Amino acid sequence: MIRYLLIRLLDAVPTVLLVLTLVFIAMRILPGDPAISALGDMATAEQLQVFRDKMGLNDPLWQQYFSFLGKMLTLDFGKSLMNGREVVDLIAFNLPYTIELTLAAVFMGIFVGVPFGVWAATNPNRTPDAAMRGFSLIGYAVPDFYLGALLLITFSLNLGWFPINGGGEGLIDRLYHVFLPALTLAFIKAAFLGRLTRTALLEVLGKDYVRTARAKGAREPRVVYRHGLRNALLPITTGLGLSTLAALSGSVAVEMVFNRPGIGKLLISAIAERDYAVIQAGVTVFAMFVVAINLLMDLVYVLVDPRIRVK
Amino acid sequence: MTEPVDPATTETMEPVPPPVSVVSTLIHVIFSRPATIVAVAIIVAFIFLAVFAPWIAPYDPVQQSILATNLSPTADHLVGTDQFGRDVLSRLIYGSRNSLIFGLVSPVLAAFFGTILGVTAGYFGGIPDRLISRVIDLLLAFPELLLAILIAAALGGGFWNIVAVLTVAFIPGFARVARATTLAVKQEPYVEAAVAVGLRTPMIIFRHVIPNIAAPIVVLITLWVASAIRLEASLSFLGMGTQAPNPSWGNIIRDGLNNLFGSPWPIVGAGLLITLIVLSFNLVGDALRDALDPDTSK
Amino acid sequence: MSALLSLRSVSVNFGRGEKALRVVDGVSFDIDVGGTLGLVGESGSGKSVTSLAVLRLIPERLGWSTRGRIEFEGQNLLDLPADKMPEIRGRDIAMIFQEPMSSLNPVMTIGSQISEALFLHGWPNRAKRHARVVEMLRLVGIPDPEGRLGAYPHQFSGGMRQRVMIAMALACSPKLLIADEATTALDVTIQAQVLELMKKIRSDTGTAILMISHDLGVIADICDRVVVMYSGRVVEVADIRSLLQRPAHPYTRGLLESVPRKGQERERLYQVPGSVPMAGSVRQGCPFRARCSVAVDKCAVKMPPMFRFAEDQRAACWVSAEQSNAPVIEDLK
Repeated sequence: MIRYLLIRLLDAVPTVLLVLTLVFIAMRILPGDPAISALGDMATAEQLQVFRDKMGLNDPLWQQYFSFLGKMLTLDFGKSLMNGREVVDLIAFNLPYTIELTLAAVFMGIFVGVPFGVWAATNPNRTPDAAMRGFSLIGYAVPDFYLGALLLITFSLNLGWFPINGGGEGLIDRLYHVFLPALTLAFIKAAFLGRLTRTALLEVLGKDYVRTARAKGAREPRVVYRHGLRNALLPITTGLGLSTLAALSGSVAVEMVFNRPGIGKLLISAIAERDYAVIQAGVTVFAMFVVAINLLMDLVYVLVDPRIRVK
Repeated sequence: MTEPVDPATTETMEPVPPPVSVVSTLIHVIFSRPATIVAVAIIVAFIFLAVFAPWIAPYDPVQQSILATNLSPTADHLVGTDQFGRDVLSRLIYGSRNSLIFGLVSPVLAAFFGTILGVTAGYFGGIPDRLISRVIDLLLAFPELLLAILIAAALGGGFWNIVAVLTVAFIPGFARVARATTLAVKQEPYVEAAVAVGLRTPMIIFRHVIPNIAAPIVVLITLWVASAIRLEASLSFLGMGTQAPNPSWGNIIRDGLNNLFGSPWPIVGAGLLITLIVLSFNLVGDALRDALDPDTSK
Repeated sequence: MSALLSLRSVSVNFGRGEKALRVVDGVSFDIDVGGTLGLVGESGSGKSVTSLAVLRLIPERLGWSTRGRIEFEGQNLLDLPADKMPEIRGRDIAMIFQEPMSSLNPVMTIGSQISEALFLHGWPNRAKRHARVVEMLRLVGIPDPEGRLGAYPHQFSGGMRQRVMIAMALACSPKLLIADEATTALDVTIQAQVLELMKKIRSDTGTAILMISHDLGVIADICDRVVVMYSGRVVEVADIRSLLQRPAHPYTRGLLESVPRKGQERERLYQVPGSVPMAGSVRQGCPFRARCSVAVDKCAVKMPPMFRFAEDQRAACWVSAEQSNAPVIEDLK
């Protein structure tokens, strides 16, 4: 088990390097002069030259590459071009909001989606199953920013139950502020996880060991939860990873809709304002998030599957 | 001793996979489900709307009118007007053009490049495979939207940039399917036989591998038309796709959010259309998958 | 001797109305207390479905239905409310299945799986359960039972897993053990060991055994009486000696021919020609007639009833009955 974990961790190292390399390629080598895109078409040649010197854009590519790697790995993101603040501070301020939104969405998604999926799987081809199918079709189709806008219009604007924007101060207020944005993402996650749970559980319930459980006198709830769901957790875990990633990417649009702080909103405004240093940092942070979530899922896998754990 | 065989003379001996009447299964699958019939009708209407937008739209979609801002739906303006007094219905109708173009172009392009990458990796194996697979795996770990945002962050807006962003976001998915299918087809007896009778590699790839991976790729394209429409809408919503004042369903919602106290109708209308079209493409994609590719359908 | 389990005209249908498929058709047999009965037939003969029907493990929701009487100690199980069945399963009637690889829950330790069977049937005390689990594992011959409690199924070989299944089935001292192809998936040597184990258990505990197999050799090794099924029907019931010496039904004769015997060299093992028609697909006449070498015109018209060939031997064949002047059995009890 320890060995497996170590292998997984070591395996993440080249992934991180590859991700950083791709970010570097995207930022430096793709068409478009970073200096022009940062300062705009109206910048003078002199301004461009100063900028290039400051950012090290005149150095040889390999030198730029290694200095980029070093800076990213030591969280040296530089200063924002727009407001001169340390980018690492901007990230540190915004990151918790994105994390809390993503986590809240995933938890809400699990608590609605998994029981719904169980309900559908234990009543195949009946009303609950049909309801699940309808729910998942809508959940797959409705864009998160549209759903968010609808919730915002209904519950914040018209009913006044929830705040219209911001991230909140203090625990209770923050939970209050995160509720609607998280619900938006959770609706879509629940549709995905519900459908996945239904499929996985339905397959597991047809397995021989489930028949064995019934044959030894286990009653249905025990059969479904103890034997069925416990085994269906393997595919559900994979889905959980995917839906956490989806919640993370969905957080960008939802932060815009609800006008709440977060890495997504930071990145989008940076793109609009061509704030080169912030874009680079935001992209890197998101990419590292993705790597981390995938790694985390590998670790969760170890906990759910004894065939990996005990060897 | 066997003599070298001229591929041309082996024509009749060559083992060929049994022909399947794709069209008839397809028609059967589509018309056996009422929901799919409705979905096909919606898609046809959507394409009609996009193609004939200038003749259908009652107003110019970018024509502003300070005298008629934030109108609620009336007989003159069926979905009302926005904060600039533009007719929302006309904007929605013109917006369908962006959805259709990006929705079709990028999955097809991604299918093309993805297939090339996947077949190369799957057929030749070795170092190209290791390299391609590693990058595909990595990119697959990223949700498409995130990948698109990250690339758009580097590239900036503009028509071809959006096409490029969407295409790159979809390539890994196609490449993976193409690679897996190629690996499977390579093991088939008729491909081994084709190799044995001395058919040249390009010949084998075009005669045997491509026809076999066509079905799953076509299914993927349909499923990803829906994703592409959603993705374009998301990017436009975030201000990185279609730029104002040109209408796109995504930026109609973006404008609507800046005008929440004015009128909710642009948001409601555009969102409803996106949901409906994506839902329809998903339903048809599912039907196609069941018809063409029974192995992967659950 | 009184019957522990007795089936009377048990039919299992799949689907409803006109299209219903009769997978098991009018099956009747008895198992005595402590007795061993073999249920033999090719795959598709309905023997597994019959055994699942006894425990009512047939998924009624998916359109299966069982009719007739399945009496266990005088109580018709089909009359019991569904929520009473779990009390009988595992405690009175236990079952082991063909696939030792997939019949154990892969994410639970074998100790907790056996312990669960006890927990479900009145063993609230943890320490006592633990002691019993160890005792059972020892009984079925798992080396180092204490140490293996915490192991997962994937850490065992197929034969060992089947021993675990047997330990689990026997943990609550059931009166009847149903073994559905319990040795089929195992190597010949392991198969012999497991059969020895079952014989030992039978003599030690007095548990009655319903042994289901397609292999008459396995059945002959362990059973007193045999029921031969074909296409969902019982075609012959006999004590093992009569069956082996004077099989009455041509299908039974075919099965006997196909059993490899010691000291008998054959070029090729005999096989009954043809294959079993899908259960329920033959609606008129004898279902075996298409593969029968002695079939006459009558066989195509009417399903033969049961004829009595000896004190404890009955079979359903027009031709054999005529040859040996066997009388029709009017009614079973």
